[in-house]
Amino acid sequence: MNGGRSATLTGAWRFASLASFRTEGFPLIATSILGVLIFVAVFADVLAPHDPEVGRLGERFRPPVWQQGGSEKFLLGTDHLGRDVLSRLIFGARISIVVGFTAVIFAGVLGTGLGILSGFLGGWVDQVVMRVTDAWLALPALTFAIFLAAVVGPSAMNIVIILGLAYWTRYARVIRGEVLSLKERDFVRLAIVAGCSKRTIMKRHILPNVLNSAIVLGTLMLGVVVVTEAALSFLGVGVPPPKPAWGLMLADGKKGMMAGYWWLTVLPGCCIMVMVLSANLLGDWLRVKLDPQLRQL
Amino acid sequence: MTAPPLLELRTLSTHYVSARGTRVVRAVDDVSLSLEAGSTLGIVGESGSGKTTLALTILRLLPPAARIMSGEILFEGEDLRTKSDVEMRRIRGRRIAMILQDPMASLNPLFTIGDQVAEPLRVHEGAGRGGAWSRAKELLKAVRISAPEARVREYPHQMSGGMRQRIVGAIAISCSPRLLIADEPTTSLDLTIQAQYLNLLRDLQRQYELALIFITHNLGIVAKMCDQVAVMYAGRLVEWGPVTHIFDAPAHPYTRALLESIPRMGDSRQRLTAIEGQPPDLAAPPPGCAFHPRCPQAMAQCREEAPPETALAPRHTVRCWLSVPVPAQSAPVR
Repeated sequence: MNGGRSATLTGAWRFASLASFRTEGFPLIATSILGVLIFVAVFADVLAPHDPEVGRLGERFRPPVWQQGGSEKFLLGTDHLGRDVLSRLIFGARISIVVGFTAVIFAGVLGTGLGILSGFLGGWVDQVVMRVTDAWLALPALTFAIFLAAVVGPSAMNIVIILGLAYWTRYARVIRGEVLSLKERDFVRLAIVAGCSKRTIMKRHILPNVLNSAIVLGTLMLGVVVVTEAALSFLGVGVPPPKPAWGLMLADGKKGMMAGYWWLTVLPGCCIMVMVLSANLLGDWLRVKLDPQLRQL
Repeated sequence: MTAPPLLELRTLSTHYVSARGTRVVRAVDDVSLSLEAGSTLGIVGESGSGKTTLALTILRLLPPAARIMSGEILFEGEDLRTKSDVEMRRIRGRRIAMILQDPMASLNPLFTIGDQVAEPLRVHEGAGRGGAWSRAKELLKAVRISAPEARVREYPHQMSGGMRQRIVGAIAISCSPRLLIADEPTTSLDLTIQAQYLNLLRDLQRQYELALIFITHNLGIVAKMCDQVAVMYAGRLVEWGPVTHIFDAPAHPYTRALLESIPRMGDSRQRLTAIEGQPPDLAAPPPGCAFHPRCPQAMAQCREEAPPETALAPRHTVRCWLSVPVPAQSAPVR
């Protein structure tokens, strides 16, 4: 069992044995969708047929191409300002992915760092970090994010910071727990006996061993963060218009729902859903894959 | 014998104190012994008799609840109790190394063997990566790992149990320490590997002039490996002296009982001799000698007063009323 565990950890650490990742229940579709979204986000400038922020008032509320009145110029129709929905969705993917990934990484670095300090040092550091975490978790993340956004004002950069601050506590909790058990492992005790300083031990022995969990948690958090970003944008405290964030498109489109302009809400809604679903499927799989205890069931 | 001993413990006591100070466990109580450079001391005793706490006391790596109450830990003539944390860190791994109870789990699964053997060198001697690695290869050769060139690049899970253990040994000797403390290093190994490992340790000891402290409950290992043996019972050193003396003529009833409980080949006894009763609760030890409830030779005096440490020979002490020279009036038996 010990051997199996170390084999997994080593494999994941080096990422050299990617071949073994392609086995049992690998969420190929979810990963492909995420891959496509990332590709689209990277090459948005090339792929988008129109400028996402400039509308033509003569072309307002055009339906998608397959409906009556649709035009091949605007494959997925246009919005209330005559902006191309497809182009906006493509650039929206860029915003969602950039904001999502940076926020997850920011929260991850903050939470993992504090979690390791808290778990390894114990004592008053642990008390302070964990009580702050408890208090933080008592606040509803979305309310907290709205409050922060109202204070600092809307911008993509601020959203990343806000989301990071709203979600670091989850990492801190999980990582602290891992560190507590790692601390009792003999290789950490051996490092202490060998005279390594606490900093060396945290850097060389603890951090690499919790990275797996941090990565899994990050993948699962990606979905949550994307939804929160969309919600903030929807509520008008997220990415400021006229930037084409999916949440913002939902907000703009909701007035047209009853008038039959369904594509303005359904399409960005689907994009959010598909992205979150893919991230969660991948995260679930990674969690099982990297957790030897679950894997052996 | 003219040079001062490498390690000398003088009336050392370590107690575990509960948060409110209401419960005090005397895990190590008034222990005195000394160890010459290059010699081997075996510490034996039942589980919970304070063997590991004694080792951790020497390294000053006690858990927060434990406190060194009194005594001195003289290592190379300096009292380790007066050292700062930073100074202790320089001593650990460099002057005093330790092998833990389960060397199988002592390796970090995420790093190569080379990195782990090189770690103390880099921490203590500021060696560069390249230099530390080539030294690591030599160390692996010293602990008889075949093909060290290839092995340094491998990970712990690619090694067998015996190899991992030898690697832990290599890490322990990497900075050429003067003293190596081995806390039950062979309990997790099967017998043939145990013998190999013990031979290896002995060879390393000769080669590097290491002093060894061997914590074990296996008296066979003590007989094979050690020059001196210290028998602990309920936190106290009940008998300490040369292995040859103690195995031939144990002075303390507990030592005698321990020796009698070893099964031997061709033993005609139907049952193994066990020591009756349980080891005492260290938070509430019996009055007098802690061993008296289980001692076949207990006397009235044993229940009232703890026996003093008595020297039987220059380096052989025992804590038992039976060995105390009897004063004028004869002690009542039983």
